[in-house]
Amino acid sequence: MKKEFEVIAKIIQSDKRVLDIGCGDGTLMEYLKKNQRNDVRGLEPKKDLVQKCISKGLSVIEGDAEKELIQFPKKSFDYVVLSQTLQAFIYPEEVLNQLLRIGRQTIVSIPNFGYWKVRLHLLLRGTMPVTKNLPNEWYNTPNLHMCTIQDFVNFCNKKNIKIDKSMCLTKEKISEITKGNMKYKNIFSELGIFLIQ
Amino acid sequence: MNSDTKNIKKLIIDQSLELDCGKTIKDFPLAYETYGTLNKNKSNAILAFHALTGDQFVTNINPITKREGWWTFAVGPGKAIDTNKYFVICANVLGGCMGSFGPKEINPETNKIFGTSFPVITIKDIVKAQKFLIDHLGIKKLLSVIGGSMGGMQVLQFVSLYPEASLSAIPIACSASHSAQNIALNELGRQAIMADPNWKREDATPNKGLAVARMAAHITYLSKQGLQEKFGRKLQDKGSLKFSFDADFQIESYLRYQGSAFVDRFDANSYLYITRAMDYFDLEKQFNGNLSLAFKETKSKFCVISFSSDWLYPTSENKEIVIALNACGANVGFVEINSDKGHDSFLLNVPEFLKTLSEFINSTYSEMRNEKRI
Repeated sequence: MKKEFEVIAKIIQSDKRVLDIGCGDGTLMEYLKKNQRNDVRGLEPKKDLVQKCISKGLSVIEGDAEKELIQFPKKSFDYVVLSQTLQAFIYPEEVLNQLLRIGRQTIVSIPNFGYWKVRLHLLLRGTMPVTKNLPNEWYNTPNLHMCTIQDFVNFCNKKNIKIDKSMCLTKEKISEITKGNMKYKNIFSELGIFLIQ
Repeated sequence: MNSDTKNIKKLIIDQSLELDCGKTIKDFPLAYETYGTLNKNKSNAILAFHALTGDQFVTNINPITKREGWWTFAVGPGKAIDTNKYFVICANVLGGCMGSFGPKEINPETNKIFGTSFPVITIKDIVKAQKFLIDHLGIKKLLSVIGGSMGGMQVLQFVSLYPEASLSAIPIACSASHSAQNIALNELGRQAIMADPNWKREDATPNKGLAVARMAAHITYLSKQGLQEKFGRKLQDKGSLKFSFDADFQIESYLRYQGSAFVDRFDANSYLYITRAMDYFDLEKQFNGNLSLAFKETKSKFCVISFSSDWLYPTSENKEIVIALNACGANVGFVEINSDKGHDSFLLNVPEFLKTLSEFINSTYSEMRNEKRI
């Protein structure tokens, strides 16, 4: 399991109800179910991945988060997880509002567009950055709304979204983001992981 | 039609069943079939519900019609629903014509067949009758309840009536309430039967009407694309148009065959009664307009399945069920299977569908066994 999921799993308390949005092949769900006795559900737009999840005994619904989230009642999950997908929605703000409505707490991870390699790529080459975390070209990337760790924090502040935890990940190394190291982390982190409500 | 149903397995239900229409029935037969072996702790039983024109003979050769059962490719040793592992039960629905209490049974009061004096039955009545069978077999908790189309409606009704009685539920290509279009299409079939001068005659059967009903219904089971690919404008005889009303086109001849083959095995009045039961099905209304209340008590794990080219019970209607289940926090998975075979997909060999079925059932079963070990 990738490091990011380890971080997310650590944030989630055992025995709680979890909804994984864009759960893929269910790797995180399976881990949470087996190791932390979490009651897990998933939402995934790709049929083949949904079938993979069902074969693992995971309850996953085929569907698009931008259309489907409305059906889940208020605070019906202890945690809602959205891993590296926020930037791919047409209306990320609306999706985020739905996540905050459905979950008591929400875990969001974002690929950091402020990462130094991304900045350098644009600065020196003058072309849209292609990195390990952002492997697509501008014309075929699913990412419509890239943001930096700083952007996301600013957004939360503006919308009165409480950030309970902010972590970042660089080359498999996890660390905490604080007010003091914010500028630094915004340059040297590949991924930001936030627990918000 | 063939009527030699005397030698098939039947349970005479000696308890009384109060029907939705207000009448009470007692000491009535419910014909059923089982496949596989029930294990010691009776934890491997799957109740399969048949669709409108199905019967209890799920797999192998149907002893009455001598044709393959409706789910022969899905149920059997080593198949998607593996009868080496599971005990599959299927009952002919109340109102049916394969040995269960229905309009072609003799009314003991008049010594004539019931015909249209048979009470109007509902999906709820149909499901309640089958619960007697499950109790008779001593099964406290089914591993799964499964069915497509009208079988799916029975799945929904079953989990709603008996929230503790099944570990999992697989409603396929169905709806929680029959739409205006569904009712309209059923009415078309009923009117075709009733327009046949032989209908209600004691010495004849309305075969032409029933065949037309079947032809119309059969079109609704297929997709436009599927029909086009299979038949297109192909002519029956290679020559040219005959400038008559004979079956020039292959599709015509195919439908005529479907119609005539159907009357050999099905009772026209059963067709009226069962389509009526489908039309009356409105689970949402049973719960005052809030479908999720139907599933409030359920502990079952659901796997809802729809097919992309099904326009009779489209994905959107199957999703209504998923939405209602989510609204009450039920445990539900959902997948739409890509298929160009229309509503009939659940009765055909669609590999992705069968794979989903078997993996869901197998994972549910092994999870249950693991939990019991702990």
